[in-house]
Amino acid sequence: MKYLEDSVWENECINRRKRMANMEIFTDIVVVGAGHAGCEAALACARLGLKTVMFTVSVDSIALMPCNPNVGGSSKGHLVREIDALGGEMGKNIDATFIQSKMLNKSKGPAVHSLRAQADKRDYSSRMRKTLENTENLTIKQAEVSEIVVENGILTGIKTFSGAIYHCKACVLCTGTYLKARCIYGDVSNYTGPNGLQAANHLTDSLKANGIEMYRFKTGTPARIDKRSIDFSKMEEQFGDEKIIPFSFSTDPKDVQIDQISCWLTYTNEKTHEIIKENLDRSPLYSGMIEGTGPRYCPSIEDKVVKFADKNRHQVFIEPEGRYTNEMYVGGMSSSLPEDVQLKMYRSVPGLENAEIVRNAYAIEYDCIDARQLYPTLEFKEIKSLFSAGQFNGSSGYEEAAAQGLAAGINAALKTLGKEQIVFDRSESYIGVLIDDLVTKENREPYRMMTSRSEYRLLLRQDNADLRLTPLGYKIGLISDTVYNMLMEKQKQIVEEIKRVEHVRIGASSQVQKFLEEHNSTPLKNGTTLGELIRRPELDYNLLAPLDPERPELLRSVDEEVNINIKYEGYITRQKKQVEHFKKLENKKIPENISYKDIHGLRIEAQQKLEKFRPVSIGQASRISGVSPADISVLLIYMEQLRNSLK
Amino acid sequence: MKTDTIAAISTAMNSSGIGIIRISGEEAFEIADKMYYSKSGKKLSDMPSHTIQYGFIKDGEEVIDEVLVMLMHAPRSFTAEDTVEINCHGGVYAMKRILELAVKSGARYAQPGEFTKRAFLNGRIDLSQAEAVIDVIQAKNEYALKSSVSQLRGSVLKVIKELRGKIIYEIAFIESALDDPEHISLDGYPDELEKKMQEMKKRISELIASSENGKRIKEGIKTVIVGKPNAGKSSLLNLLLGEERAIVTDIAGTTRDTLEEQITIHGISLNIIDTAGIRDTSDTVEKIGVEKAKNYIQDADLILYVVDSATELDENDEQIIRMIENRKAIILLNKIDLESVTTEEMMKEKIDKPVIPVSAKEEAGLEVLEKTIKDLFYEGKISFNDEIYITNMRQKKALENALESLCQVEESIQAGMPEDFFSIDLMNAYEELGSITGESVGDDLVNEIFGRFCMGK
Repeated sequence: MKYLEDSVWENECINRRKRMANMEIFTDIVVVGAGHAGCEAALACARLGLKTVMFTVSVDSIALMPCNPNVGGSSKGHLVREIDALGGEMGKNIDATFIQSKMLNKSKGPAVHSLRAQADKRDYSSRMRKTLENTENLTIKQAEVSEIVVENGILTGIKTFSGAIYHCKACVLCTGTYLKARCIYGDVSNYTGPNGLQAANHLTDSLKANGIEMYRFKTGTPARIDKRSIDFSKMEEQFGDEKIIPFSFSTDPKDVQIDQISCWLTYTNEKTHEIIKENLDRSPLYSGMIEGTGPRYCPSIEDKVVKFADKNRHQVFIEPEGRYTNEMYVGGMSSSLPEDVQLKMYRSVPGLENAEIVRNAYAIEYDCIDARQLYPTLEFKEIKSLFSAGQFNGSSGYEEAAAQGLAAGINAALKTLGKEQIVFDRSESYIGVLIDDLVTKENREPYRMMTSRSEYRLLLRQDNADLRLTPLGYKIGLISDTVYNMLMEKQKQIVEEIKRVEHVRIGASSQVQKFLEEHNSTPLKNGTTLGELIRRPELDYNLLAPLDPERPELLRSVDEEVNINIKYEGYITRQKKQVEHFKKLENKKIPENISYKDIHGLRIEAQQKLEKFRPVSIGQASRISGVSPADISVLLIYMEQLRNSLK
Repeated sequence: MKTDTIAAISTAMNSSGIGIIRISGEEAFEIADKMYYSKSGKKLSDMPSHTIQYGFIKDGEEVIDEVLVMLMHAPRSFTAEDTVEINCHGGVYAMKRILELAVKSGARYAQPGEFTKRAFLNGRIDLSQAEAVIDVIQAKNEYALKSSVSQLRGSVLKVIKELRGKIIYEIAFIESALDDPEHISLDGYPDELEKKMQEMKKRISELIASSENGKRIKEGIKTVIVGKPNAGKSSLLNLLLGEERAIVTDIAGTTRDTLEEQITIHGISLNIIDTAGIRDTSDTVEKIGVEKAKNYIQDADLILYVVDSATELDENDEQIIRMIENRKAIILLNKIDLESVTTEEMMKEKIDKPVIPVSAKEEAGLEVLEKTIKDLFYEGKISFNDEIYITNMRQKKALENALESLCQVEESIQAGMPEDFFSIDLMNAYEELGSITGESVGDDLVNEIFGRFCMGK
């Protein structure tokens, strides 16, 4: 595929650049990109006291949401909570700028409760920009980074397109969908990033020249429609929750009880599907014009109609892009069909008969990496001090990006400070699951978080993210003493309250029997404990308050933790046991210089895979496809042999 | 480091003599105490290390065997863990019962080569032996894998695969709904799932029952009788069995299927399979028999090759000789009562195996054959690989675990638990069944979710 190389204009630029003297700047950290990953990475580094320069092709696109106007959702909400618990910004930012909020899966188990908020896109972006601009040690720079500078396998700086050199101790690449980006609909294709922003066309070549393997992925977004052209009377109104729960553990719930803005639900129909089918030959996806790999979980409407031909309608969510705009996002109908077909297709949906399209739907292709080139710290195995995060690593979604950005930023900073880096593991956080999946498994499409990807999801709940991760955030230096001490108090209260509740005796008095009857619960034969009653599916901790006069005053959300821990004790204990087993293999570190081809007894396939991906622990090795349990036994024995011979 | 407790039969399994069940790990004494009973009423865990205790193994009130139990406290044992070795003398059946009881009491079946592996990891085996340890583990694994698949009849394998397919579909449905609650609803789903659970539970129970009736595998040295048609294989089998089990006629190709029988020679248990004669055949029923015979040769511990001494060696014989060249085999030169065309010397030139002249008709040569088998066995040249048997027990256990998980799903449905809890137990069942067919989970679920259910955005 040809990019700008041939352009005369570019040659001129390059010649001009050669004549210029290079500007040289020295800094600690360079972050390339100012999307959701870049923002978290830059903030983490700067907050840890390191001089940080964040590059963006456009300062106006900081923390841009070029696709859906929301933050959170199933399992993504967990990520936002975890980012917040570690001292990241995303949760606070959405709490300050959301226009509607909902706790998803409320009728299901606590492991799958997940927050999702509709964002005011403009507010979200400007508040984040303001935060960055007012963070000490952090400089924002509008320029395209075109090269990385690597000496003896160590990253030492970057060069911008204008020739400036920034020497640094570590660099985090968060280029999102901008690398050699191409936007496509019908037979129209533009070499631009999302929303028509300038693409970054040079960095890929420099990365390749330094031995980094690149992939090409694809994703897409639906059209935006003018609110005034929509007939909402033909749609179902979708309200937010009555009682809003904030994302951030440090946001006071009182501050987020706002007047919310509704979303709307409508459906495609047979006619819509017919229009799509008739024009499939004009879709770049089916004509072969798009070569990138698209995500299966977020199919374009063309894909849905072809793949799920038996469904005669699909849901369409009409969501506001913000308070100050008439643009509405058409969730569920992303497409890369030509614009005339798009208009016909959208107008076939009830309520959209007279729709005016403000921005067309499009597919976007971009360069990203096979993340198996990274350590679980998100540092490149072959280029020391170079880190990467976000869509560049083959993920998708704002939350996935932010989570990696935070992790990569923390590790880039820790490395620069001469401290031990952090590996987030699968048993402690969704961030750990996300990163481990990316750096261990083969990933052929943009990776999206899902609760089913976590083996221990009953332990990794959104409600206990602070209990799981804030101590770590404190150790890193991103959490204040006040927040940490508050958490310690909360933890103490939870332990004490569980103990108390398990010992509160409930007699079979008439008051108790009446209470149980009112709640459709079997009457007591003998006395029992409050804990036992909480375990009944139809009852819970708060519901039982009338039978528990001694209940102490507790900190916010202690009640929730007590309830969950008692109610699902059996399952929680089981998963904790599994985690113990998991940790054993995870803690067996494989020496960095191990030579797999010298290990007698490994099968060839395992040998090749291990040699190529060089896992850091036995646990990670066991998750590589093509490595069998017998191979792991062999590896364990070899390592033992090695250890003994060193004695 | 905390380890779980493993158990296995650590002697060769044959129907006579003493067998040892070894239990190793932190809870070894505790587990042994659950099944051990002595007249004095003393507990094994209270007894000093390196002593032998006399008592009984009981399953509830039923006495299974009279035993001697050897106790070794960590680290002074083979594995350097707490170890109990139960010496029993009730043969294969008792060994099997005691091992099952150990697992019921909290141990788990040892993986292939696991005792050796633990011994090594705990520093009990010398460094120079590391490679040998790896070889043992690899070899045992390969065998276990081979036998696990070869043991499963095609129909059983099919049922398990079907069940797995159904289970993963249900998990994927639940997970899709959890992931995308606004697109996929679980209203009314628990009732539907409960019905499906009953159906699946029935299928698994049937599989467990069929594994219990013991027809699936037989213990003993797997012995195969081969030879071209009408060489007298079936007559020899009848002679060994002392009864007319196989149909004997003068027509070549009478034995169309394979027959299995168990006999004991000088206390050595042989599991004998009579095969259809090997020759090129166009008769379909017989063809299947020939194919089977070839397969049996591959799996056999011992091959008895019957040669018709009254005829010349032909292409069929050449084919058989090639197949058994590198295997443990005894050549039986049959029909010595007739005029010899093929002689002992001629056979010895062809292939380096013991040759025994016999006459099925006159019942001659039987003693020499029995003695040869006995010598081979006691010299350790042929042995029964207990991996096949252990694998079978592991499979049964996996089926039981899968069944238990499905029962748990049912309980959760009845208790009105949220749907995400169903998928935890469904996944356990899926994994257990996968351990039988040798399939790991990998990205099955994600693929199933995306493949079957239309996700939003």
